[in-house]
Amino acid sequence: MKADHPQAVNEAPIDFSAHTMAEINRVIGLFPERKQKSAILSILHLVQDEFGWVSVGAMNRVAQILDIQPIEVYEVATFYTMFHLDPVGKNVLEVCRTGPCQLVGSDDLISYIEEKLDIKVGETTKDGMFTLKTVECLGACGYGPMLMCKYQFYERLNKEKVNEMLDAMREASKS
Amino acid sequence: MSRKLLIEHAEVPGIASFETYRKHGGYASVEKALKTMSPDEVVEEVKKSGLRGRGGAGFPTGMKWSFLAKPEGVERHLVCNADESEPGTFKDRYLMEKLPHLLIEGMITSSYALGARRSYIYIRGEFMYVLRILEKAIAEAYANGMLGKNILGSGYDLDLVVTPGGGAYICGEETALLESLEGKRGNPRMKPPFPAVKGLWGNPTVVNNVESIAAVVPIVNEGGEAYAKIGIERSTGTKLISASGNLVRPGVYEIELGLSVEEFIYGDNYCRGIANGKKLKACIPGGSSVPILPHYLVTKTAAGTDRLMTYESLADGGFASGSMLGSGGFIVFDEDQCIVRNTWNFARFYAHESCGQCSPCREGTGWMEKVLYRLEHGTGTLEDISLLEEINKKIEGNTICPLGDAAAWPVAAAIRHFRDEFEWHVKSPQEAQTRNYGLIQAPLEA
Repeated sequence: MKADHPQAVNEAPIDFSAHTMAEINRVIGLFPERKQKSAILSILHLVQDEFGWVSVGAMNRVAQILDIQPIEVYEVATFYTMFHLDPVGKNVLEVCRTGPCQLVGSDDLISYIEEKLDIKVGETTKDGMFTLKTVECLGACGYGPMLMCKYQFYERLNKEKVNEMLDAMREASKS
Repeated sequence: MSRKLLIEHAEVPGIASFETYRKHGGYASVEKALKTMSPDEVVEEVKKSGLRGRGGAGFPTGMKWSFLAKPEGVERHLVCNADESEPGTFKDRYLMEKLPHLLIEGMITSSYALGARRSYIYIRGEFMYVLRILEKAIAEAYANGMLGKNILGSGYDLDLVVTPGGGAYICGEETALLESLEGKRGNPRMKPPFPAVKGLWGNPTVVNNVESIAAVVPIVNEGGEAYAKIGIERSTGTKLISASGNLVRPGVYEIELGLSVEEFIYGDNYCRGIANGKKLKACIPGGSSVPILPHYLVTKTAAGTDRLMTYESLADGGFASGSMLGSGGFIVFDEDQCIVRNTWNFARFYAHESCGQCSPCREGTGWMEKVLYRLEHGTGTLEDISLLEEINKKIEGNTICPLGDAAAWPVAAAIRHFRDEFEWHVKSPQEAQTRNYGLIQAPLEA
């Protein structure tokens, strides 16, 4: 179910791990009393860290935690592009496609990854290992072409580096 | 060799730790300000320095500070804009990653000047690893008595928090940033009231760029007048330039304002020229929102004088033949780059990043992207070029925030200087798919 579904608010809230809850309480504590809503982006990042994406059930739980209406979570989660609102692969490759990266070959990088993983932008590999996305400027313009995966920047990429990176990610995701 | 006031020690091993940073003279500005200066005296030094906002707008920082409302019993805030998202700009990331304590020091000294006791660093969510570096540095600053209660026995208390965004260019606009910091969508606010009167949670707030806040450190240490002696005219001090595109040595450079563009692109201490022995085709000197300059207007102005890295010189000639220093996002194009493709690329960026609040921007950016897509992909018409100019005029100045202008200006400038190349895409669509147009040889007739 998507956040814009009329029944979204009825979706059962899901529980978060003890670790995620501890972190959520920490980030809420960073803000003054009655301003806990300011922690919402931090919380959505934490939820995504645990589940890989942000489901409606997770958003409903966030609404409970922050004591706000579910719509207040939906409208935020759908506005900010870092949050995946659908299930994704274990490794989400977010390739910068904006001007400065394009000048140094991001178009070729995107095609190469598409070919290598046999998927198109927006798709996930059959084994669920990789999702390929394109994103706008990640603020690494002098070190392009580049991509981000799990908040890590992989910069000045070429075919060899991409091959190594994909192998390392496959290896790390096995365990 | 030009002086470095900000990133001199950036590559010193361990400089991200409190101890090493302190050994290299770190936190001197906090000691000086809190022990020997009144808050107003700090504001005065920043005014004297002539420091202009380093995020892109170039508004005098001291003046911005002096606008801060100070009603009795109402909390004030300093918010650091670390949302660095302007394509071509990556200096703040470098500064924060290498010298987290420089930003924290600047935050303390600046917060003291403004009477803020709760300050925030809003950093773009994609820089999560930098956020971790800052969190660690903030914890060290607390542990060493630079944050928290009664800092250095001065009676001044300050809490500092770093918090992430979620991936939205618009949150670099200061009122959108404040909305986001309140846990909402990043829709810019109508102004007035300005944040200086009603900002974070309705409290008077100053929002400053990372580099502006860091620059307060040398300004307080050496005095505003000394800082103002560096640079030329109203472009005082040093500036971090993010150099990207087809350069031998792209990266982050700290320059004294007033350096010639020629020296910056070709000099041994800087970018060392165009990569792969190619020729310069064009340059966007201040981030993707500022007008592009064709090669013959990059190192010289239309009047034939040397173009300098200053707010004034880069703007020389207005939009007819100049551009802007902006955020210092210096993007260089070699002779093989396609201006139509790049203009379409940036238009797609703005269409993607429009918050959707104002119709001219929401509809206009998407429309421009579609028209530019046609032109780039060989199905455009000559009327499309004038259509783009029409759409431009309808967006510019008609939106709550400057994203509309930022989307319109690059398209207008690209057509102004590279109309031949756009027309060639229409007249020879097949050829345009197989090769690039190359250099434009001479200024077009106005």
